[in-house]
Amino acid sequence: MRRWLVQPEFKVERDPARCIQCQVCVRQCANDVHSYDEDDELVSSDGASCVGCHRCATLCPTGAIAIGRSQLDFKPNANWTPENIRNVYKQAEGGGVLLSSMGNDKPWRVYWDHLLLNAAQVTNPSIDPLREPMELVTYLGRKPDQVRVERGPDGKAKLATEIAPQLKLRTPIMFSAMSYGSISYNASRALAQAAAEAGTFANTGEGGLHTDFRPYASNMIVQVASGRFGVDPDYLNIAAAVEIKIGQGAKPGIGGHLPGEKVDAAISRTRMIPQGTDAISPAPHHDIYSIEDLLQLICAIKEATGHRKPVSVKIAAVHNVSAVASGAVRAGADIVAIDGLRGGTGAAPTTIRDNVGIPIELALAAVDSRLREEGIRNRASLVAAGSFRSAADVAKAIALGADAVYIGTAAAVAMGCHLCQRCYTGKCNWGIATQDPFLTKRLNPDVATRRLTNLLRGWSLEIKEMLGGMGVNAIESLRGNREHLRAVGLSDREMAILGVKPAGE
Amino acid sequence: MKRIYAREEFCLGCRLCEIQCLVRHSKSKKIIKAFRQERDQITPGVMVESAGHVTFAMQCRHCDSAPCLEACITGAMHRDPKTGAVLCDADRCVGCWMCVMTCPAGAVRRGKDQKAASKCDLCAGDKTPVCVLNCPNEAIVYEER
Amino acid sequence: MDVQPNPSKEFALSRSERDSAACAVGGILNEQGRTFDGSRILRMMANMHDRSNGLGGGFAAYGIYPEHKDLYAFHVMLDNAAAREAFEEFLRRYYEIETEEVIPTAPLREIRNRPILRRYFVSLRQRVLGEHYDLTEQDLVVRHVMQVNGNIKGAVVFSSGKNMGIFKGVGYPEDIGRFFRIEEYEGYLWISHGRFPTNTTGWWGGAHPFGLLDFAVVHNGEISSYGINRRYLANFGYHCTMHTDTEVVTYLFDMLLRKHGLGIEEACIALAPPFWDDIERMEPQKRELVKALRITYAGALLNGPFGVILGHTRGMIGFNDRIKLRPMYAARRGDEVFLASEEAAIREISPQLDSVWQADGGKPVICELKVPLAAPEKEPARA
Repeated sequence: MRRWLVQPEFKVERDPARCIQCQVCVRQCANDVHSYDEDDELVSSDGASCVGCHRCATLCPTGAIAIGRSQLDFKPNANWTPENIRNVYKQAEGGGVLLSSMGNDKPWRVYWDHLLLNAAQVTNPSIDPLREPMELVTYLGRKPDQVRVERGPDGKAKLATEIAPQLKLRTPIMFSAMSYGSISYNASRALAQAAAEAGTFANTGEGGLHTDFRPYASNMIVQVASGRFGVDPDYLNIAAAVEIKIGQGAKPGIGGHLPGEKVDAAISRTRMIPQGTDAISPAPHHDIYSIEDLLQLICAIKEATGHRKPVSVKIAAVHNVSAVASGAVRAGADIVAIDGLRGGTGAAPTTIRDNVGIPIELALAAVDSRLREEGIRNRASLVAAGSFRSAADVAKAIALGADAVYIGTAAAVAMGCHLCQRCYTGKCNWGIATQDPFLTKRLNPDVATRRLTNLLRGWSLEIKEMLGGMGVNAIESLRGNREHLRAVGLSDREMAILGVKPAGE
Repeated sequence: MKRIYAREEFCLGCRLCEIQCLVRHSKSKKIIKAFRQERDQITPGVMVESAGHVTFAMQCRHCDSAPCLEACITGAMHRDPKTGAVLCDADRCVGCWMCVMTCPAGAVRRGKDQKAASKCDLCAGDKTPVCVLNCPNEAIVYEER
Repeated sequence: MDVQPNPSKEFALSRSERDSAACAVGGILNEQGRTFDGSRILRMMANMHDRSNGLGGGFAAYGIYPEHKDLYAFHVMLDNAAAREAFEEFLRRYYEIETEEVIPTAPLREIRNRPILRRYFVSLRQRVLGEHYDLTEQDLVVRHVMQVNGNIKGAVVFSSGKNMGIFKGVGYPEDIGRFFRIEEYEGYLWISHGRFPTNTTGWWGGAHPFGLLDFAVVHNGEISSYGINRRYLANFGYHCTMHTDTEVVTYLFDMLLRKHGLGIEEACIALAPPFWDDIERMEPQKRELVKALRITYAGALLNGPFGVILGHTRGMIGFNDRIKLRPMYAARRGDEVFLASEEAAIREISPQLDSVWQADGGKPVICELKVPLAAPEKEPARA
């Protein structure tokens, strides 16, 4: 495409004093930024097609490559930002919908950065997690209002309440839905392996479950989304839980589209669609036009799985999220997953990604409060999603009321993702969001698994430190305990929604 | 014995193994200096083979029954009694290239200096050969099989 | 130093969301139901003087009102005549008042700024019960106590059981005991508390024991899980009005024992469950039960350091947080069982003991009457 008005975003600089002409960069860039001139015996770079993924700079053995923002500044304009101007150029040229990948990158308020955690002093001893037990085990699923006990002839107490199926998590962090197709086989395998190793769960997304991943099915949540790709009774029954995907934080109200070029033989088998055809997920489920329809689908899935699996409903955080969540719980959802404004995606219209939905912090707080007001909080577990960047974000989410969180972007970053936001091009230089055989082999799933389990371990240790600091030794004592949060720099109204007090009070 | 194995399904074809091998076997051991001043004299013991998207790093297998050992007319090619590695003594090599001819893996090459055969020496006593250490995707492993 | 702070209920509540405390706790039960006067528990608490700072002390005594044993004995603190008027108007709307009187006190130099202290022996009007087919009489009493404490300015119902009473206020426990003349009451079970509050100034309503119906709780420690315990209880209609973490302990016991019908042991598992590693090692029947209790009552888990004594009509329970961050001694001599923060306090009143031991973390010490009470308290069953 001729794009003469759209100037490069990045500038690639090569330090001639360090470059040894080894051509690693040339071989690594899928965007052909670097080239080698055999006559001149010289590697040179053209930043025009650079996406800023740092693959070349990371692998350069001499650190000869620097990537910076293009120095071509527009006349400063607080309203017409360079991005706005560039987007108009692009659309004037192409006439299409602009696409983006990963989560919202606009400077919407990140509430995590305005919330501070508590710690114990004097009146309550803090607990050292290296010396005392510190429990992160979390059970997701419907809980009864109360437990009934009966006594046998031997006088021993016996449970007389049937407990609904539960997911047991060793740490309250799960891997968000990322479909095989949107990400590579190796990335999918790494997520499944890491979930199994860490005692948590990975979500298949709407991509079906590759037969190779069946050994990990007891640590996988399978998704039923509007395209119903890869869904059959076997798929539902082999997994630990089933998730009905209503919406996604990065693109609430929008469906999905995996281009036919990416639907190779393996993906075609897994998704149960012909090879080379586009996999289009409609915006709504065409059998769910209202809450009672959702109830029917939940019931159908529970029937199909013999009521042995928790059923989750994933919704995007939109303005009436608490009403939607309450409806989902009353429709029989055992888990409600809420995906916030900053949640990631493999591809979404940029304008949707950047402007639709509400932040997860407010959505989570509102939903937790609403379910408690209605007295139905114990009927479903809450899973928060939409950009958890650190253990502190996770701890704060749990304090606001989440039972667990989903991490997608953080997991991708752990595998090497550099957030260049070009997943939709299929040319992921890190081998994650691509099906190109030249690129997919760049992700060794064993290495990626190790990196993912390391991340979960690191975050879990940090959460334990934070719990111990607060003087509690079980995650349930932080869950929904907003007394352990204080706000800095938020309005009264925001604090009221979050249910937290200002720091100092 | 511990040998180097390639995992072609994860080889990026980046050739960092070759680069690091060259540096390891340079006099300066400094990457920029080695490339600027010694590149013409050093032949890396590892080379990346590729066809389409299939690539892998290949180096001497240190065969139990090594044809190069049989073929060597001067005894330059020898087996280290301690490690079992097949090594070439450059001082004794006369450059007849019989080893190059007989190697079934194509892992012995004429040295760039044209004087002696060049091949992988398992980084002569290092705990882990540099190609293994520096592979960004762990596509080269050093293990007992 | 002679003016002790004695803020009003509203002032105290405005200061902090909750108050927590270090403290002394003690309890004496005669397993045969034989009564004894309050002088012994008084000596027990005086022995632990240094564990309090004079900002709160109190006692709960069971079996002290045999002549009114079928009536709810409401002990009420009233800031002024207006509060009294508002409270009595509320009370008359729902209850028949059999007897009302001033709680007898002895003027004491150490006790100042006392509120009006009155007690009412009452029964719920049948008409009121008829208006709520889905609630039991006790549910209604709970609701009314919460309404008074939450909504009527200057009024606090601090004791609402039958044939039992709570006496508490700002001062050292031994002074509060003499102030309320507890030597003149005869009970088969006494529990007591001396307070060392850390997060607020003391106020009369904030002293322990906290009572609801026949339950009385004294508590040494801090409930770090308070924020979620409070929100969890709200799910079940319990609204925390006293802004102290001890309140949630009382309500949780009421919910688990009375509303959910759990046994004491199961209730204690819900409140201070074993660690998951230990649960995994239990035999299957027990494991299923404990796991169900733990995941169902996750919001009820009490975390942070505490030693608690719960008094109820049939006995008392002493129990500690899961990793035992606060002291709790138990001892026995003949028909008497004792609980206290310090062994010395027990030896003070019973130098010779048959046995004495420390309560394990998370494991309740259950002390129960060995005989039926003269007229067992049993609520008529309702459909």
